[in-house]
Amino acid sequence: MISIKNVRKIFPSKQGSLKAVDDVNLEIQEGEIFGVIGYSGAGKSTLIRMLNGLELPTDGTVTVAGRVISKIKGAELRKARQEISMIFQHFNLLWSRTVSENIAFPLEIAGVNSSQRKKRVQELIKLVGLEGRENAYPSQLSGGQKQRVGIARALANNPKVLLCDEATSALDPQTTDSILDLLVDINKRLGLTIVLITHEMHVIRKICHRVAVMECGRVVELGPVLDVFKNPEQPITKRFVQQVTEPEETKETTQHLLELYPHGRVVQLSFVGETTEQPLITNVIRNFDVVVNILQGKISHTQNGSYGTLFIHLDGQVSEIQKAIDYIHSQQVGVEVISNG
Amino acid sequence: MADLMEMVKWDKLIEATRETIYMTSISVFATFVLGLLLGLLLFLTDKGNIWANRTVNVVVAGFVNIFRSIPFIILVVLLIPFTKLLLGTILGANAALPALIIGAAPFYARMVEIALREIDKGVIEASQSMGATHGHIIFKVLIPESLPALISGITVTAISLVGFTAMAGVIGAGGLGNFAYLYGFQGNKPFVTLVATIAILIVVFIIQFIGDYFTKKTDKR
Repeated sequence: MISIKNVRKIFPSKQGSLKAVDDVNLEIQEGEIFGVIGYSGAGKSTLIRMLNGLELPTDGTVTVAGRVISKIKGAELRKARQEISMIFQHFNLLWSRTVSENIAFPLEIAGVNSSQRKKRVQELIKLVGLEGRENAYPSQLSGGQKQRVGIARALANNPKVLLCDEATSALDPQTTDSILDLLVDINKRLGLTIVLITHEMHVIRKICHRVAVMECGRVVELGPVLDVFKNPEQPITKRFVQQVTEPEETKETTQHLLELYPHGRVVQLSFVGETTEQPLITNVIRNFDVVVNILQGKISHTQNGSYGTLFIHLDGQVSEIQKAIDYIHSQQVGVEVISNG
Repeated sequence: MADLMEMVKWDKLIEATRETIYMTSISVFATFVLGLLLGLLLFLTDKGNIWANRTVNVVVAGFVNIFRSIPFIILVVLLIPFTKLLLGTILGANAALPALIIGAAPFYARMVEIALREIDKGVIEASQSMGATHGHIIFKVLIPESLPALISGITVTAISLVGFTAMAGVIGAGGLGNFAYLYGFQGNKPFVTLVATIAILIVVFIIQFIGDYFTKKTDKR
């Protein structure tokens, strides 16, 4: 559906030139929810804007739905853009238009006649759950409702691809989740390919099938979301993964635990996929002469399976603890002994 | 009091008011159209915008700045040959129009430009991402989104234009300025000048009221 080949984007600036995107290659499949994560300035915004021609690559080619976006211009580009919709962090609605009129805007651009426009707007309002708010102005809506209008507007011309530019970054966590649920629903129902950029791993974890991690204009890591969670290779990826698997307080908590339990070992277990569903702790207690104390745990669901972390404290003979750890290891569960310091 | 009231030539006052309203309406309309065009041109040809063109921008900005800087009374005198060429006369309400429009349009053009700058760049970008043509962007985004500011701008401009008509009146364009000068000042009747002032104030207040009403009505922010 989308193919990005050897793409480079260099912005000329007063202090020499700035490489925003540096030799990026990506293939995104039809019907996929593809996430790009990175801190601000990583080039992800520039990258997504090249997918609908808002930005032109300095080198390389961008092909979306069979059209070479980086080459076409004028009427052809405008036609292509009707199939590649975009939603924005700050919604970018027209405040002078009501909800219905905002949703009708892309239909007006596409030259759809008035009666069909009305019908389509009604369908879309229902799809995004804004019944009863048709005649409200954007200023009368909450952030979540505004983004729903943005999504309805983006879907108006039955696009093949939906680009999400930090679409949930201005929303509170609960609203973020409801918008993400809506995106998954649309993806499943309409088979729409979704490309989203974000700096929140939560978003990636919740809805993406695959993820690319960007740093300094390059894609440093790429793969199915669960694999990236399981084996983050780059330090930056590890930091992003920690955003979701480890609550903020984890570091302090483990420090506290180590002080509290000077004997034995504090161990962090990481489960992936089916391993989350076996009675591991029971087996450890039954088979080894150790005392197990569960300290803290968390399970996260991703689009391709679950991922969990559990902090436990093992006490007993050093050799027995080691045997228990080896056993856990043999069960395809990640083990990391947290040491003092 | 009765003496004072008799002193005012009421039929002349009404005629003068009508002339003022005539000059103001025509010039406001023309200023709105011309100012909007110039303002759009200033905005759209600026760096980073859809018609970015340095030469056009510099030329238009230069024209606007020059005509905005010339004091109106001098502009009227300066434009006498032009007016004569255009209308064959320099007297009467119509003869004031070229000066009024050329004096006010650049002023309004700057207001239009400021109004357009207030529009969130993201909204223009969103329209582009939907495949909007430049026509769509101008008529469906830029003008509707800046409408309250365009209306409040033309209100301020219209009020300045009432002032300009009074000045033009002194050099023979008719209207309330001419009335006050002729019958009040030259006839040495300060009361007549006062009456003319009140008439002008009423015209100004009506314009302000209409302008405020439509500004508020179109503002959905």
